[in-house]
Amino acid sequence: MRDPALSVSLRQSGPIPLDVEFTCHSGEVLAIFGPSGSGKTTILRSIAGLYRPSHASIRSGAETWTDTDTGTFIPPHRRTVGLVFQEYALFPHLTALGNVMTAIGHRPRTERRSRAEAMLNLVRLGAHASKRPRDLSGGERQRVALARALAREPAVLLLDEPFSAVDRSARRRLQNEIDSLRRTLDVPLVLVTHDFEDVVRLASHVLMLQHGRGVACGPISTLMSRPDLPWLREAVGLGSVFDATVTRVHADRGLVELTFGGGLLLAPARNIVANTAVRVRIPAREIVLATTAPAGLSLHNVLAGAVMAVHIDAAFEGVIVQLAVGDSVMLAEVTRDAIGRLGIGVGQRLHVLIKSVSVELQASDANGAAEDNEA
Amino acid sequence: MDWAALRVSLWLGAGTIAILLPLGVWFGRLLAVREFKGKLLVEALVTVPLVLPPTVLGFYLLVTFGARSPLGQAFEALVGHSLPFSFQGLLFASAIANVPFVIQPIQRGFEAIPSDVRDAAASCGLTPWQRFARIELPLAWPGVLTGAVLTFAHTLGEFGVVLMVGGNLPGQTRTLSVAIYDRMQAFDDRSAGVMAATLLTISVVTLMTTTALSRRVNPHRA
Repeated sequence: MRDPALSVSLRQSGPIPLDVEFTCHSGEVLAIFGPSGSGKTTILRSIAGLYRPSHASIRSGAETWTDTDTGTFIPPHRRTVGLVFQEYALFPHLTALGNVMTAIGHRPRTERRSRAEAMLNLVRLGAHASKRPRDLSGGERQRVALARALAREPAVLLLDEPFSAVDRSARRRLQNEIDSLRRTLDVPLVLVTHDFEDVVRLASHVLMLQHGRGVACGPISTLMSRPDLPWLREAVGLGSVFDATVTRVHADRGLVELTFGGGLLLAPARNIVANTAVRVRIPAREIVLATTAPAGLSLHNVLAGAVMAVHIDAAFEGVIVQLAVGDSVMLAEVTRDAIGRLGIGVGQRLHVLIKSVSVELQASDANGAAEDNEA
Repeated sequence: MDWAALRVSLWLGAGTIAILLPLGVWFGRLLAVREFKGKLLVEALVTVPLVLPPTVLGFYLLVTFGARSPLGQAFEALVGHSLPFSFQGLLFASAIANVPFVIQPIQRGFEAIPSDVRDAAASCGLTPWQRFARIELPLAWPGVLTGAVLTFAHTLGEFGVVLMVGGNLPGQTRTLSVAIYDRMQAFDDRSAGVMAATLLTISVVTLMTTTALSRRVNPHRA
């Protein structure tokens, strides 16, 4: 068991109620997901030392940043965090370069300029180094904020709703940038968001937050295959999430073949090349279950599954069936009537039918670059 | 033209700024960023000299710092002069009268800095002093400049407090505005006119300089 890179435990009853505990290792992306006003930003501010909850323990690697039991509190400027604020919080009187250089005080004076330039090049803003924030677009400002956070050479990278204030195409690009950063940057990354798409796109782990309380926490594929998260079900609908690889491209048919723990899937996609790693989400409502192998259907994907659990929640009409499909777990939402009619029970083997258009696909890297050129 | 009076006025203006500006930056920033009990009362007290008739202010200063009061004796021990009828006393009174003119614009200047920007500066690794010098002060600069100019201009024009506290001692406490009144009483309209024109010119030039300076500062604000 390795030492967690970031471990956080926060508890207080007011004024902002908090009750969370989580760890985030290097290379992981923990998405803190919850509705507005659930205390997400307060958690990030506590890690950065900008907010002091009444009971807190925050450790980064071997350093203790906050421990209310021993009275330890390291002030914010001595914590090596890279924090990207929701509204960028750039210094309006400084150029893009000046903004980034401000975060490099830990390096010798002679190195600062060249390092800041390197950071701006990293977010493809080298040409805008001498512009002030007011002369930059929303997406560009956000990238300056990202460069500034990275320039600090942080032990922890914290992103507060990083995409909420930028338009759709800029959002796509930023997501790709952060995704590729995650691979090269060996630090824990904590991302606060109220947008489920960000979670599916970027997170390796998820902490679900409701009124300041952590209601569920774990690896994204494990968490998204749980049938018993009523709040998630109400907010975005349940659906399994897993990683897959593009193994074949049927350009003539407009389809790609995906290999995942449960076998093969066909999904419609353009601008995607073989061997691309993709994130896949299949909404529970889009899955059809059958007791006998169907024939003469328009759909492409028929997989073999075994029922792991049948989850009935009085608050909802539909019933969630949790299925083992190979090494993966999927969720299907069906009616109570269907359960009775087909006699679905735990252990039963079923055919899992998925329309190819229902396979939601999020590509990283190569495809990201292709889309980038398009935009 | 009473050159001694002009000199007293200019020295008084410069001295008041020298005393008030550091205090104003410290206290204005404090009022802008801190929340504390009794802040409302403190803000009201800071503003009082703005609405009080200068004669009332002068009266209380004389009562509080008169030669026989303990505070007055402390002032004399410290400065070497009694408060009434001395330049030092006049400077002190002028500083009190100008508190709102320097505090309020500076406070607004610091309040205009978003708290996220201050937090970002901390998260960039800047110490509290570096944050103040490199982020907050440059951003609050227009407010500080406004405070200084208002103080200077207001000091030049101050009449009631000067007359109450300083009297009318040539070269000591007779400022240009008092000298104008003095000349008018003596039916010396020509001298009064020259001095009035001088004050008007100084005021206009000061304000023009400020506007020009803040034009140079303001474009930096997003």
